[in-house]
Amino acid sequence: MRKVLERLYLGLLLIFMYAPIITLIVLSFNSSKSRAKWGGFTLEWYVNLLSDEAVASALINTLSIAVLATIISTIIGTVSCIAMIGLNKKLRSFIMSITNIPMINADIVTGISLMLLFRFLHISSGFTTILLAHITFNIPFVMLSVMPRIKNMNVYVYEAALDLGAAPLYAFYKTVLPDLWPGIVSGALMAFTMSLDDFIITYFTKGSGFETLSTLIYNEVKRGIQPEIYALSAIIFVVVLTLLMLVYRVPAKKNKD
Amino acid sequence: MGKDLITLEHISKSYDGQLILDDLNLSIYENSFVTLLGPSGCGKTTTLRIIGGFETPDKGRVIFDGKDITNLSPNKRQLNTVFQKYALFTHMTVAENIAFGLKIKNKSDSYIKDKIKYALKLVNLEGYENRSPESLSGGQQQRIAIARAIVNEPKVLLLDEPLGALDLKMRQDMQYELKRLKEELGITFIYVTHDQEEALTMSDHIVVMNQGYIQQEGSPEKIYNEPENAFVADFIGDSNIIRSTMIRDELVEILGAKFACVDKGFGENKPVDVVIRPEDIELVSPENGTLKGVVTDLTFKGVHYEMDVEVGGRELLVHSTKLSPVGTHVGINVDPYNIQIMNVPESEDEEAISETI
Amino acid sequence: MKLFKNKNTAPLLSSPYMAWALIFILVPLGMVIYYGFTTEDGFFTFENIATIAKPGYMKALIRSIRLALISTLVCLLLAYPLGMILSSMKLTRNTYIVTLFILPMWMNFLLRTLTWMTLLEGKGVINTVLESLHLPTINIINTPAAIVLGMVYNFLPFMILPIYNSLSKIDENVINAARDLGADSLQTFLKITFPLSLPGVLSGITMVFIPALTTFAISSMLGGSKILLIGNIIEQEFTQLYDWHLGSGLSIVLMIFIFINMIIEALSGNQGGK
Repeated sequence: MRKVLERLYLGLLLIFMYAPIITLIVLSFNSSKSRAKWGGFTLEWYVNLLSDEAVASALINTLSIAVLATIISTIIGTVSCIAMIGLNKKLRSFIMSITNIPMINADIVTGISLMLLFRFLHISSGFTTILLAHITFNIPFVMLSVMPRIKNMNVYVYEAALDLGAAPLYAFYKTVLPDLWPGIVSGALMAFTMSLDDFIITYFTKGSGFETLSTLIYNEVKRGIQPEIYALSAIIFVVVLTLLMLVYRVPAKKNKD
Repeated sequence: MGKDLITLEHISKSYDGQLILDDLNLSIYENSFVTLLGPSGCGKTTTLRIIGGFETPDKGRVIFDGKDITNLSPNKRQLNTVFQKYALFTHMTVAENIAFGLKIKNKSDSYIKDKIKYALKLVNLEGYENRSPESLSGGQQQRIAIARAIVNEPKVLLLDEPLGALDLKMRQDMQYELKRLKEELGITFIYVTHDQEEALTMSDHIVVMNQGYIQQEGSPEKIYNEPENAFVADFIGDSNIIRSTMIRDELVEILGAKFACVDKGFGENKPVDVVIRPEDIELVSPENGTLKGVVTDLTFKGVHYEMDVEVGGRELLVHSTKLSPVGTHVGINVDPYNIQIMNVPESEDEEAISETI
Repeated sequence: MKLFKNKNTAPLLSSPYMAWALIFILVPLGMVIYYGFTTEDGFFTFENIATIAKPGYMKALIRSIRLALISTLVCLLLAYPLGMILSSMKLTRNTYIVTLFILPMWMNFLLRTLTWMTLLEGKGVINTVLESLHLPTINIINTPAAIVLGMVYNFLPFMILPIYNSLSKIDENVINAARDLGADSLQTFLKITFPLSLPGVLSGITMVFIPALTTFAISSMLGGSKILLIGNIIEQEFTQLYDWHLGSGLSIVLMIFIFINMIIEALSGNQGGK
């Protein structure tokens, strides 16, 4: 009896989570512009979407910002984590609490604070400002996932490599980096998805005329939902789903070995 | 010894189709210190959890003080458990941990206060009331776990590998501590461990288990001196287990030489396994020995020397206080009382174990 | 660890990030505070912050707090039983199912909100289905209820994850110990399970309450243009009315709430967790 109730509860919550997404995907194939009626199957919205230049440029913006922000924040985050071992404890925890500010603070405050900064520095809004903002909120995710790895690292392996005649950089590359690698990869993945998903901070730092997918969707929705948006949602959902499945399957396989 | 307090009748239990306990029968006397001993996966912890009420057997009954408690939930049983890794409540102080069971039973504040004081004194941790469990060492946490259990005045205390997480020195101290506690409290202890030394040191009664079966039960002396099968002989202490032939009652042929022994009833010219403890092998000059051999390895162990002696292609382990350098030709004698005869194992499980020896 | 403990390389390696944190975290926050406490002419003032007491603003703030509290509570009530069910399941299966519950979190948050616009509209999917079944239709789009629904849908995974994590970390034997000492199921839950899961509950509350309190997208999409939350007002000050001083002042008020929330979490976290 208890088992049945538990299953039922799980099922209902899963329906709550997924039914809206499935509805959206179904609507993306609906030839009727009305959302209430099924007018037959069509790929029209997908075709329209592909020929839509605004969507294409927003997509390119989103991806290039996410990729660049991920690479830069991963490098800065990892190097800082390694460097922080050498600092004393007080300074280290001070830096970490500053690092955590963008994670704890409301996105809207982070967004407007960066906007004020960029205006003050006269950096014209657009690609650069969004990129800087994304790097800023990505670094904490990288550091939080690399830091535990560093703390658990076996320092003797590095010393053993030196002892066996390896040059420090070679020893680092051969012993420390492999140890940190899982942390770096998961930090980078976190950063990438955070970048893709961000709306609020991008919204305040983008300036006019420059759009990412998130801001484009927000503008479109305010004007009234076009069926092309459903097609876009469906594509994003399937891509995210596939990416996540890959990410979750890779570590699972490694653990088994 | 006293009357039966707990009886397990025909207990079977399996997980995911794997049989953990198979038709287990066991009686536990009142006021005894009983140890369930065996390698991991032998079913000892499952047996303890069935007694504690954390598992329900698939078949069989658990009788406690004459009553069937097989399906009684743990909170209604008159016994308490000291868990592996202590399982202390980390969000409470030491005093709150100890008071937990008493508060549930709505005891008065003054009673609880007295009990906490008494229990902390009993485990030598007076003044630790307001400490957090996480600030204590492993040994101290262990004592708190024991104090938390015994304030409820259980008739039986179940201990699930309680010393497993401690270092060697601490473990030895706690062994004496537990023995003393058992004497002071005058209740039954059921103790689970894979450490044979722990079992021999503390118990009145040892139950040796393997692969869901009881291999042998009895006093520590009996288990050590008269192992009933190769598994027990090998698991408890070092031993030489040699496939031999029983010529007739009280005469056995070991490695081609005839030895007098005290065992009877194994038939004539039947294959048997012989167990000889390394300290029971007497090294003499070659002409005085029943068997002749050569010392091939020698290690100083403090109290004694440990030697390998080759006899007809077979290595025997010998403990002796007298030094015989490698290469020495020696004779071997064994006192008839120190030759333990066992039936050749029939089950495949036992076979597999004796062949690796 | 010569390479890492070297007194010269450590500050050298960490200095780029320290500079970054200074320029992009601390200075911007300083600017919000500067703008919040000054007039357009650069004079010190409390007026920007005091504006929150004016009727329209106060109403929006109270509405925001109310809706955020309701959403947080609903998320907690939905997520806690789920966390208990998930943590009691066998490990091989539950990682899979936990992933299933967390997955929508990775889907663009505007799209998640958009789906509810589509579902809830006057002639949206839900009402069409209800009509065809001859059931009464529901009209909650552009009401606070729709905003709460949107918040719960968006932020539920943020509540599930920490609660599940803290529950699955509890040693099974600790629960057994409570039972062993005579506690029944309810007593065990109240005295052991819940207190031990408190850190997870608190971090879940923070992770839902703060974005819910400060959102402007959910309210503008599901609440129409009539139901303003404090987030909407701040957004308008910056993007439409260009009153950065007032916008910053109101942001400071928001930060005070975030700060209070953090202190509460830290205090009760210390009590419950250690």
